[in-house]
Amino acid sequence: MAEQTASGYIQHHLQNLTYGQHPVNGWSFAHTAQEAKEMGFWAFHVDTLGWSLVLGLIFIFLFRMAAKRATSGQPGGLQNFVEVLIEFVDGSVKDTFHGRNALIAPLALTIFVWIFLMNLMDLVPVDFLPVLAAKITGNEHLFFRVVPTTDPNATLGLALSVFALIVFYSIKVKGIGGFLGELTLHPFSSKNIAVQILLIPVNFLLEFVTLIAKPISLALRLFGNMYAGELIFILIAVMFGSGLFLLSTLGVALNWAWAVFHILIITLQAFIFMMLTIVYLSMAHEDNH
Amino acid sequence: MNINATLIGQAVAFFIFVLFCMKFVWPPVITALRERQKKIADGLDAANRAARDLELAHEKVAQQLREAKTQAAEIIEQAKKRATQIVDEARDQARTEADRVKAQAQAEIEQELNSVKDALRAQVGALAVGGAEKILGASIDQNAHAELVNKLAAEI
Repeated sequence: MAEQTASGYIQHHLQNLTYGQHPVNGWSFAHTAQEAKEMGFWAFHVDTLGWSLVLGLIFIFLFRMAAKRATSGQPGGLQNFVEVLIEFVDGSVKDTFHGRNALIAPLALTIFVWIFLMNLMDLVPVDFLPVLAAKITGNEHLFFRVVPTTDPNATLGLALSVFALIVFYSIKVKGIGGFLGELTLHPFSSKNIAVQILLIPVNFLLEFVTLIAKPISLALRLFGNMYAGELIFILIAVMFGSGLFLLSTLGVALNWAWAVFHILIITLQAFIFMMLTIVYLSMAHEDNH
Repeated sequence: MNINATLIGQAVAFFIFVLFCMKFVWPPVITALRERQKKIADGLDAANRAARDLELAHEKVAQQLREAKTQAAEIIEQAKKRATQIVDEARDQARTEADRVKAQAQAEIEQELNSVKDALRAQVGALAVGGAEKILGASIDQNAHAELVNKLAAEI
């Protein structure tokens, strides 16, 4: 670390491990940020995908284990924990979503727990896993980011999935015509057909922005919060790297304080993502226009 | 920080996780939860019912106790009445018996008296005849004066 500059250290920490087709090197891991950029769209962030899959599988196995042993009698520790979460999510869904759809509650549960777990990776000291990975692979300069939600691809992937569900259920509940009508006949409407036709582009512009804002805001809110949080952890880690005793001590205290505060943020962001998903899907199910 | 195919991978993983959660995680747990809720509700119902039953039983016990007390009082009353009656009867019987014994005794006494009187009369008659014989110095024909002597004796 000693030979690295602070900005180099930060940039290194903000670069994903990218695998893709480089115009010169072919299918390979990117060695620099520039190479990663040159790979274009058809490249994968292996660290993001890997960690999100691992965390998703942890969620699935943990909950499946509890579900298999679920009894209506006295619950064990794991079942209790899972039941508390499920009860909480079920309550949130019932408060907000009034239609009948068996998908919404499991969807909300998956979103909440998965995003929480992905955010939780932020509390692992910033250098711990990357250095471990570098030691294992023997590559000193391995890019390795362990918090999937600080990658906009991950949050956008989730948000676009939710968006697809919004569009799917809008069309399913209201029909193509209803969905298009919602996009074009609001908020301005007129009894006069000619005026109505004139208003369609205006309405479409407004409503389309409203529609598109949903996934974008979902993705960017989560990404922004987690990215900022991680950046602060990295900056605090730079203080350790300074080698000055006073600064390192302050860094330890700051790291602890920020981690404590971050527990709130990671839970809150997971909850917000879940709640907004429920609200958006609830709106998609309501045929009140 | 490039937007690339990672997001597609993420979306696919997301859908798989959601589907798995929907098929294999949510239903068993939520069923267990509902069942337990029902069990608890049933248990509470049963407890309420039992409490009501207990109250009813208490009431019944109290009522039975009251009835038993009344009955006991009645029986005691009857017994007392019966006792008085028996005592009265016994007293009456004793009195009758006493009267009878007294009457019998009196009759016996009377009879005794009569027989004593008769004997006395006979003796007096005999004495009178003896005295008269002595006075007259002559024998009186026992047979001729028997009627007279007897009449005399009867008068005594």
